[in-house]
Amino acid sequence: MSVAPLGVSGQLARRWEGSRLYLWVPLGLFLLFTLVPFYWMIVFAFRPDSSTHPYPWPVTLANFRLVWNVLGFGVFFKNSVLVGVGTLVGVNVVSALSGYALARFNFRGRSLLVVGLLCTQFVPGVMLLIPLFIIFRHLGLIDNLLALVIGDTVFQLPLTTLLMSGFIRSVPAELEEAAMVDGCSRLKAFRAVTLPLLRPAFVAIGSFAFVGSWNNFLFALIFMNSQDHFTLPVGLDYTIGEFSVNFGALAAGGVLAAVPVVLVFALVQRYLVQGLTVGAIKG
Amino acid sequence: MLTPLVLLILGFVAYPVLNVVYYSFQNYNVVEPFLNGFAGWSNYSTMLRHDPLFWTSLEFTAKWVFVEVFLQLIFGLALALILNSAFRGRGLARALVFAPWAVSGVLTTTIWLLIYDPQAGLVGYLANLGLAPHGLTLLADTHTVFWAAILAELWRGLPFFAIILLADLQSIPAELIEAANCDGANAWTRFRFIVAPHLRDAVILSTLLRCVWEFNNVDLLYTLTNGGPGTETTTLPLYIARQAITEHNFGYGSALTMAGFVILLIFSVAYLKFSKFGASRGYAS
Repeated sequence: MSVAPLGVSGQLARRWEGSRLYLWVPLGLFLLFTLVPFYWMIVFAFRPDSSTHPYPWPVTLANFRLVWNVLGFGVFFKNSVLVGVGTLVGVNVVSALSGYALARFNFRGRSLLVVGLLCTQFVPGVMLLIPLFIIFRHLGLIDNLLALVIGDTVFQLPLTTLLMSGFIRSVPAELEEAAMVDGCSRLKAFRAVTLPLLRPAFVAIGSFAFVGSWNNFLFALIFMNSQDHFTLPVGLDYTIGEFSVNFGALAAGGVLAAVPVVLVFALVQRYLVQGLTVGAIKG
Repeated sequence: MLTPLVLLILGFVAYPVLNVVYYSFQNYNVVEPFLNGFAGWSNYSTMLRHDPLFWTSLEFTAKWVFVEVFLQLIFGLALALILNSAFRGRGLARALVFAPWAVSGVLTTTIWLLIYDPQAGLVGYLANLGLAPHGLTLLADTHTVFWAAILAELWRGLPFFAIILLADLQSIPAELIEAANCDGANAWTRFRFIVAPHLRDAVILSTLLRCVWEFNNVDLLYTLTNGGPGTETTTLPLYIARQAITEHNFGYGSALTMAGFVILLIFSVAYLKFSKFGASRGYAS
């Protein structure tokens, strides 16, 4: 590495670094860019239709009453929660099982399986809309929320399985072996030793699964027919299509869709930067 | 233990993929069932020779993916570098700027429609303050719709790169930075000789993942512009989705899907090869 002597330009650079303006100005711009759109939606959701103030005053809940009771967002919200929780459970159970196998056993076809899982990342749901629709029709699952749970689970599984196997590998196998020497079965050893240590993994993977299914639009749009089975993204799209400039209702629906994922995000934010993504990238 | 995973993947990924291959050689239209049957290569020849929308959608997809991923990478990297330096309130700043990470495409559309509306939106509000021209119809104008959609997607996509690159930045050994400081390195030389080589693999892989992801990103464009005005912002996957949702032309949609597979496959292999992914890092370890 060539080393520049600390000349005049170096001193200037140091002063620039010392003032910290190089940090605060762009950070402020990024914050503005991120937060103003959220703020603007909140303003629309909480202010009366007649108001054009850039702040939600006087506060009204009329928009929320309208979307929840009249436009059906109460039902959409319930459906989204059902599908989200179903996917969360399905993804965690299946990735714990297969992640354990990948982490602890060496078997024929293991690397083939890993490569296959990675390959599925290039086969996204959009591309499979047509055959999946036909399959779900054969299974009689069209307009059934179970189709969404299955679809969402399947497309989360490859990555969550690899993540989970990484988490399980980070728990020393010797701990389980010690328990097995003491008379535990493999299952008992897993339950008593490894499982409690995997709580962060379940939280992180469950959050991914929940957010992914909460946000999935196309599956719900195509596999659900009746309004009783719409999820929030479909409901929002429906409101966008229907709205004759009822921005208040649209914004209230948006806030309802945003609150759970933003809360989940606040929960996992820590894990995201702390190595979870590193683990995902470096296998 | 692996049975549930393997069954689910075989049943709902592998089998559908084979289905796509099969249907691409069939006439399969829910609206015109009397024409259903073996079609040979006719779907493909229609696509390649008689469907200008296929080619324009490909062109738009390339433009969309390149511009979007490029901007996300540049701004994501800047954001990650900022958030990696020590300052008061860093945790809060991180949480706030990363917040759009979990927002769906449809919700992004909702939020940006409220901004772009010429009367009630933020654009209209700024116009009333004299800060923007009146009557800006950003989403209906073929000159502005591209950048309006790009900006909305950038808002949502920025945290992805920022999070991944920040995670990678934090894995740079502090001794390296300290040693460089002792040698009198300034911010630029530190970035050039330590940070950039370190980030290389993370950048290559996250860029590829993001290209694939943006290629297939249908939600936002479907709801924000619906591929319009006209077919101005129709990507290939959006075109496929429309074949499935409104035309019910499953045979032709499957041929388009095959084109998408092949393009993604060639692109991914070529990208990893030319970027020399996994080549030894720039500093001695």
